[in-house]
Amino acid sequence: MSLSLADRERVVAELGRDPTRTEAALFENLWSEHCAYRSSRPLLAAFDSEGDRVVVGPGDDAAVIAVGGTANESDTYLTFGVESHNHPSYVDPYDGAATGVGGIVRDTMSMGAYPVALADVLYFGPFADDHPRYLLDGVVDGISDYGNAIGVPTVAGSVAFHPDYEGNPLVNVACVGLTSEDRYVTAEAQTAGNALVLVGNATGRDGLGGAAFASEDLDEDAKTEDRPAVQVGDPYAEKRLIEANEALLDEDLVVSARDLGAAGLGGASCELVAKGGLGARIDLDEVHLREEGMNATEILLSESQERMCYEARPEDIERVMAVADRFDLGVSVIGEVTEGDYVCQLNGETMVRASAEFLGDGAPPHDLDRAEPTRPTPDLPAETDVADAVETVLTDPSTASKAWVYRQYDHEVGLRTVVRPGADAAFLSVDEADADVALSAGSVPTWTAHAPYEGARAVALEVAMDIATLGATPLAAVDCLNGGNPENPETYGGFAATVDGLADACRDLETPVVGGNVSLYNDSVSGPVPPTPTLAMLGERVGENRGEAPDITVTGEGGLLLVGDSDGRLGGSTYLANRGGTDRFPALPEDPLGVVETLAAVARAETTRAVHDVSRGGLAATLAEMVDEAGVEATVPDYETLFCEAPGRAVVETTELDAVRAAFDGVAPVTDLGRATETPALTLSVGEEMVSLDAAAVAECRDTIARSID
Amino acid sequence: MTVAVVQFGGSNCDRDAVRALDHLGIEAERVWHADGLPDDVAGVILPGGFSYGDYLRAGAMAARAPVTEEVRAAADRGVPVLGVCNGAQVGCESGLVPGAFTTNADARFHCERAHVRVERADTPFTQAFDEGQVLKLPIAHGEGRFEADDATYDRLVGENRILFRYCDADGAVGAANPNGSRGAVAGLIGDRESVAVLMPHPERATLPQLGPTDGAGILQAFA
Repeated sequence: MSLSLADRERVVAELGRDPTRTEAALFENLWSEHCAYRSSRPLLAAFDSEGDRVVVGPGDDAAVIAVGGTANESDTYLTFGVESHNHPSYVDPYDGAATGVGGIVRDTMSMGAYPVALADVLYFGPFADDHPRYLLDGVVDGISDYGNAIGVPTVAGSVAFHPDYEGNPLVNVACVGLTSEDRYVTAEAQTAGNALVLVGNATGRDGLGGAAFASEDLDEDAKTEDRPAVQVGDPYAEKRLIEANEALLDEDLVVSARDLGAAGLGGASCELVAKGGLGARIDLDEVHLREEGMNATEILLSESQERMCYEARPEDIERVMAVADRFDLGVSVIGEVTEGDYVCQLNGETMVRASAEFLGDGAPPHDLDRAEPTRPTPDLPAETDVADAVETVLTDPSTASKAWVYRQYDHEVGLRTVVRPGADAAFLSVDEADADVALSAGSVPTWTAHAPYEGARAVALEVAMDIATLGATPLAAVDCLNGGNPENPETYGGFAATVDGLADACRDLETPVVGGNVSLYNDSVSGPVPPTPTLAMLGERVGENRGEAPDITVTGEGGLLLVGDSDGRLGGSTYLANRGGTDRFPALPEDPLGVVETLAAVARAETTRAVHDVSRGGLAATLAEMVDEAGVEATVPDYETLFCEAPGRAVVETTELDAVRAAFDGVAPVTDLGRATETPALTLSVGEEMVSLDAAAVAECRDTIARSID
Repeated sequence: MTVAVVQFGGSNCDRDAVRALDHLGIEAERVWHADGLPDDVAGVILPGGFSYGDYLRAGAMAARAPVTEEVRAAADRGVPVLGVCNGAQVGCESGLVPGAFTTNADARFHCERAHVRVERADTPFTQAFDEGQVLKLPIAHGEGRFEADDATYDRLVGENRILFRYCDADGAVGAANPNGSRGAVAGLIGDRESVAVLMPHPERATLPQLGPTDGAGILQAFA
């Protein structure tokens, strides 16, 4: 890949000359889809990103939001960001996934925050095949080794399997950080004359041109050929960098900061000064290198990991260097902020001279054609045996237990994890703001592949419902928008529909979308990935007993109610994915925010014993997952009701049935399902048929992943 | 007089240990390994994490760090020393206790709750419990399988130095062993009763909002 002819002409016109080789490489990477969002920028305006909680919205390394009150009331802030590491994780699943974690953690650090939680959202080809399983194993291993070592708990996420990820898995990772009004910084250079200081690992030739690599389709032989474009992570260095960053913030030595990610030093330093409307002079001779003889392009574009770029006042340079030394990190003063152009020199020779703003923001957006997604004609399979269908849905790897995955992540380090993985959402104690924060993240490929717009809306509602099951209400969201080659109108049309669906749903939920990431060109020989809008959402709960959330498993003490409505449509369902056939996507509630807020209130009630929302696998999976030490006895009219995956619904175990009915009066219908039982078993009456599985049999069904992989 | 929680470059449970002790009203502070222990140190915790990245063998580098020599000297003076998780690995590597903690039997990292049985209740770390009592404690490790040669293991048993063994909820040892440890050993004491190492994390089972608080009794050794 090299600079396109049109881009090259634009650069020549701006510079008034041909670009140097280094400049051309810098433009190629900074203007890549990965860095410049050229195909998605026109779509992203659909998102509402403002609200009284938002301190820093989209456009920085991560968003900053107030927790425990509005930005005016509270001085405790959370940072929130999400990133994809899709292509590297295909080529080298272990290092690709590990460095994805490292990158989003540094995005958190560069806002002046300490990372407190991670969520990993993973998508692979069919679990039954060897290669996706190899990728799953490597990706989980990479996240586990890196995330566990740096002491940031991985508390949430999801894993889904779908044939269209066969040649191109998706690895999305979100990070939450903790900071305060006094402490947070931005990636906006402040003052000419300040020094630019590079702290962290030495710069080597690894990860060269990663941003451009991330913006291409994957070839069949991508695995071997592109390995040099994948970086290798060093969590020990990252951990020391986290500590050094804290020490620098403690001593108030950071004026602005940006981590070195896509497009390396060139990307970080250029975007930092461009945001401040400034320029820079960079002495490439000063950069601490891992190997000799690197040229200007290599030094500027290396994506060596665990490096941060800080703007520091000249009088603070010695203290910054002392902090780096204390944590045994490399450090070099690589130049200064100026009021002129972005200039890089090596051996006294000027290698780059261009306006930082033009480098950072000069790439024109692509205007692409999109074809409207088509709607399939309903064609339902004939059902013969409900018991068999229930078992099929429960054993589907996408619905099955993910304990094998999250057990390998340290999800408790940091002493905040009140509700651990395995529930609908994680719950983190933020005593600094007298609040508990809920975190959920995911997307459902069968939904968005089937109906991009409605599926994306459903994803947003489902994630919000996860948060409500803990008694929390949505605070803010970030999205990671994954799609295939946008130059294909059908692919782009589906992708655009998911963006619109997510934006509309978040608006309905009054939840600002404060940041995100776009990853396109996720195509392989097996075709494009389904449009995959990962949404990560934070919710908040304050007040007395704020951390006391009901479990998803029943106690055996109450009756069971289904709250929320569905039309029984099976489009996008796990049931149809296994049985074949098509149907329309289910209708979504008129007042999603009302459903979410009412469920949150019900979850906070003392008489509520268990709450679990309806998602993948429909009511069948929800009820089965509620069986553990006690059981469930439920009656549903037909298999459409049992397998429909319309979100905006939840099963509530309560000792005060009327109180739940009253709460939802005028908001959503409430249906009697049956009762929780002391006997640990799942008993379902479906029309004339009966399904009965004891807790061990349910667990056995749900054990698909662990059973097959170890 | 303060408890020193020794922070190596890759430690990651140091803040948690200080927070848990603070919750129990026990004064504690993080001590950067290169700064050495305070002279009047009242206790030492070697916390969990990946001390030097543990790219070699877990705890091997930290065991040879200058501060570990100071920890050994403090232990010899009778100062209570507790190694947790990576700290337990450092404890073995540095000879504070015999044996080794190595790769889990299934070669996977395990983050979960484990039951352990209190094997003796007359040490500072177990005085809050009864012998035979079953505790529920969080574990989070990839290299927590206790190993010792026959002679060493027999000596440990003979000298009654096993502090905790993994067990099921009813206290049956052998029924549950998350990492395949020899003798289901989850923790043991050194030459003195005031020196102990364990793989489970007591600091993660101390704050009431996080669930069971069985770890508090262990940390009471520093009160």
